[in-house]
Amino acid sequence: MKSVLIIDDEPPIRRLLRLTLEPAGYRVFEAEAGQLGLQDAAAKRPDVVVLDLGLPDMDGLVVLQRLREWSTTPVLVLTVRNQEADKVAALDAGADDYLTKPFSTAELLARLRAIQRRAPEAQAPVFVVGDLTVDLAQRTVTVQKSEVHLTATEYALLHELVRHAGKVVTQKQLLRAVWGPKAEEQSQYLRVYITHLRKKLESNPQQKLIRTEAGIGYRLLAD
Amino acid sequence: MSERPRPNPDLLLAEIKREEQLAKRGQLKIFFGMCPGVGKTFAMLQAAQARQREGVKVVVGIVETHGRAETQALLAGLPIIDRKSIDYRGVTLEEMDIDAILARRPQLVLVDELAHTNAPTSRHPKRYQDVLELLDAGINVYSTLNVQHLESRNDVVQQITGIAMRETVPDTVLDQADEIELIDLTPEHLRKRLAEGKVYLGDRAATAAENFFQEENLAALREIALRVTAESVDGGLKRGRWQATQRLAVGVGPSPYSAQLIRWTRRVASAMDAPWLAIYVETSTPLGEEDKARLTKNLSLARQLGAEVVSTAGDNIAAAILEVAREQGVTQIVVGKPLGHPAREFLRGGSLATKLIRHGGDIDIHIVRGEKTGLGQRRRVTDWLGSNLLRDCGWGTGAVGAVTLVSWLLQEVTGYWAIALVYLLAVVLLAMVLNRWAVLVVATLSAVLWNFLFIPPVFTFHISHVHDLMMFFMYFVVALSMGHFTNQLRVREAAERRRERRTAALNRLLESVTASTSLADGLGRAVKEVDALFVAHTTILLDGAPHATSTFQPDEKELAVAMWALQNEQIAGRFTETLPEATAMYLPLRQHGVLGVRFAERTTLTMNERDLLETMAGQIAVMIESYRLMEQAHEARIAEESEKLHRTLLDSVSHELKTPLAVIRAATEGLATQLDDVPLGKTFIDEIHAANRRLERIVTNLLEMTRIESGKTPLNPEWGEVRELLESAVDQLANEISRERIRLQLPDNLPLVRLDFGLIEQALCNLLINAVQHSPAGTPVEMAARLDAGRLELEIRDHGTGLTPGEEKKIFEKFYRGANSKTGGSGLGLSIVAGIARAHGGEAFAANHPTGGATFTLRLPVETNEKRFDH
Repeated sequence: MKSVLIIDDEPPIRRLLRLTLEPAGYRVFEAEAGQLGLQDAAAKRPDVVVLDLGLPDMDGLVVLQRLREWSTTPVLVLTVRNQEADKVAALDAGADDYLTKPFSTAELLARLRAIQRRAPEAQAPVFVVGDLTVDLAQRTVTVQKSEVHLTATEYALLHELVRHAGKVVTQKQLLRAVWGPKAEEQSQYLRVYITHLRKKLESNPQQKLIRTEAGIGYRLLAD
Repeated sequence: MSERPRPNPDLLLAEIKREEQLAKRGQLKIFFGMCPGVGKTFAMLQAAQARQREGVKVVVGIVETHGRAETQALLAGLPIIDRKSIDYRGVTLEEMDIDAILARRPQLVLVDELAHTNAPTSRHPKRYQDVLELLDAGINVYSTLNVQHLESRNDVVQQITGIAMRETVPDTVLDQADEIELIDLTPEHLRKRLAEGKVYLGDRAATAAENFFQEENLAALREIALRVTAESVDGGLKRGRWQATQRLAVGVGPSPYSAQLIRWTRRVASAMDAPWLAIYVETSTPLGEEDKARLTKNLSLARQLGAEVVSTAGDNIAAAILEVAREQGVTQIVVGKPLGHPAREFLRGGSLATKLIRHGGDIDIHIVRGEKTGLGQRRRVTDWLGSNLLRDCGWGTGAVGAVTLVSWLLQEVTGYWAIALVYLLAVVLLAMVLNRWAVLVVATLSAVLWNFLFIPPVFTFHISHVHDLMMFFMYFVVALSMGHFTNQLRVREAAERRRERRTAALNRLLESVTASTSLADGLGRAVKEVDALFVAHTTILLDGAPHATSTFQPDEKELAVAMWALQNEQIAGRFTETLPEATAMYLPLRQHGVLGVRFAERTTLTMNERDLLETMAGQIAVMIESYRLMEQAHEARIAEESEKLHRTLLDSVSHELKTPLAVIRAATEGLATQLDDVPLGKTFIDEIHAANRRLERIVTNLLEMTRIESGKTPLNPEWGEVRELLESAVDQLANEISRERIRLQLPDNLPLVRLDFGLIEQALCNLLINAVQHSPAGTPVEMAARLDAGRLELEIRDHGTGLTPGEEKKIFEKFYRGANSKTGGSGLGLSIVAGIARAHGGEAFAANHPTGGATFTLRLPVETNEKRFDH
């Protein structure tokens, strides 16, 4: 049975999350403050953490940074803050994804599933979504069974998105992974290559594979 | 020399700086000739016509045709800037209008006769200074110049032609020229042109032919002109090769010969392309007013000719010069040939030249003959008469007389030998107050009186005893030397005190500035110091207006001078080269303001005083700078704190409002799964959902509105695609608006644009929701984008009932709800759209579409990547 740790100071939210997550097959631990949350994360070793950014004793970002010092447990950030900068900061500090309150329960369950999925290489060398198939071992990409030729940069970008399929990847992360740390501010590179990828991969304009999270980054659909 | 010249880092840096400055500066081309009439103006106009044909914007700043028809013809088609009339003492003079040229900003301006002296009250006394300002403004200049007007050749030309030229141009101006075109003509040809009346008209031609235009004169002038041009070409070659290993220095004093030495050094330095210094040694002997004025003139001549002026203090002039020379890496020193009597030089321990040669070590010494101009000796005499010498001699004689009377009475008691000591005492005491020449007179007089009145036989100059004779000579020597040394001591002490006062003044300024508690306080203290030190009234201009601490208020005309000083970051006004008619001197305080000093009674300002004033201005500027920085830091801190507070407040309000909403939403969603068999259960749940979503939207909008209105939302612009932006907005609303209703219309070739995508997406979402709310279900909503002259237009059109006429603007106001709105909105959505547009420097507007429905447009100025990014 999977276990989830909820770090949130609002009892009604914790109660509701428990009511939503337990029927979905999670064992739920609760912590009402950052410090307690960190202790529980160490003691109970949950499979996934749901973290509220607005905590009474310390900033959620700090909790995240402390956690990332020793743990790679997937973290979903819950926030009332609507500003992109806050979300990017959380993602860059090591969060796997974010959800803005109020959120829909279906969305929450989907995000939790996505962030627990291990990197595709370890799981299966072939990634499939919709018409798109990416064979990570052969480095081939097919759309509707016909092979698509990608340049080295385009493939590197797609590979990075596949590695985090279903999760949001910030622009900075993509730029660093594909172009190196010096290119972190060159968001126009990214725009151009994302456009190329979309033209080559999205055969059906109604079915979008790569979603833009304005001001934050991109998300490759997973299922 | 076996050592290969090596690029010196300082020189390299200087060269780089020079090139950087050149990139911004206008280019100067000089049409250079040996004398009037060779056709410089003609050649300049021809070149200008050619430039104009190439499409360069040329204007004529000022051109003198002197009635020459062929020149006049060449002016055709060139726009001419009207001359400015200046009324000076009832005469109307016409000058080039530099402000009109600056305002017009042509690419090239023609300025004839570079050496011209402007009418009094013009901005600059000299036209070449106007040209320098035009170049600084990035405007290219064509100008004309004759060799006899070149400062360093001025004396040579005078020797040849016998005509003194008052209008001169410093050589540095010629050095700055990017191109020099020599307009050459053989003397015969020129005389022919003169005879044909092509140079001067009528009688003037004949007079000119007999005087200036003699064949020998012309030949000599031509040679000089050719040489100057050759040297400047040579200089251009050398600069590229880093050969400036030589460094010259010239000793400068108040002597009129100094000017000749300065010119000589400049010529040699320029021929060797070597930098040069002018060294002035301040000695303990105070200078008369005349000398002071001449010294200042000599030093500014050196500065004008491109020398770096260094002043130092010391009574041993040779040692002081050598010290500076060694410090500055000088390889050659220029001094004047000694003019004094050999015996006098011997008494002084050798002339300056001899001392320099003796102690100069590896520095080469040039000894240059100074031309007698006759000015030197005559001035000397007037100096003497003008000084206190006569008065001092009177006092001295009187004092010696009194001593003699007393001695006459004493001699009965003491004998005549003791009288010598009484006289000696008098001489020493007098030496402490009198001029050194007066002391000499007093010493001699006392010796003579002692001999005549006291040494037997009395009332004769005859001395009968050998011991008396010995005594007399010893007295004479002792009196002279005691008098001299006492005097020297006093003078030296006075000089020391002067220097101390200067240091103390600077220290005091520094202290009071450091002790100041505010900018106004600091300025007040600084003004007080300057006032006291220079016996002056002072004004400090900050942000274009006199500061409250100022002790004089400049009028409008004076303010203009101050503004010039500020804009050009150069000293202007009285005792300067720029606008010297002003009543005060204006020193720029870096970019912050201007220090204006109106001296009470003063006819000259020495170089040292000017340097002191400049140092003080520097201190004041630093003080202003540090106070301004403090102020900025303080403001930034307040802003930061208020922003932080604002954020915290917004965050906690969001938290309080959104948490219950989140709970309601999650709880109803949970409930929905349990209510499958309750009748109407699903319907009620849907109602709760809808109401909750509406509440969510209102809360989000309210918070967003507050955030945008606070102005503390920094834009976070990034590069992106317009199509992506529109689609991402549509995706956001996937649950509320079905994808089929939305039609996107946008050109394929839109470039990347730079916007805050998060904010603009939100604006688009609000517009889409607004469109859906105000149009019948199932009707299409059209989204379009286009780029027009750097503006991105995003348009959303619905097919609803449209706007009621007159409410096109009101709907963007806060809490305004359209007359046709059915469902309750908060009246905030559109005002957020307008806020976001404003934050981008753009606008949002609405109108009814001619074929029905309303159109909402966001018009945003954007940066695009066209020609920026190739992929």
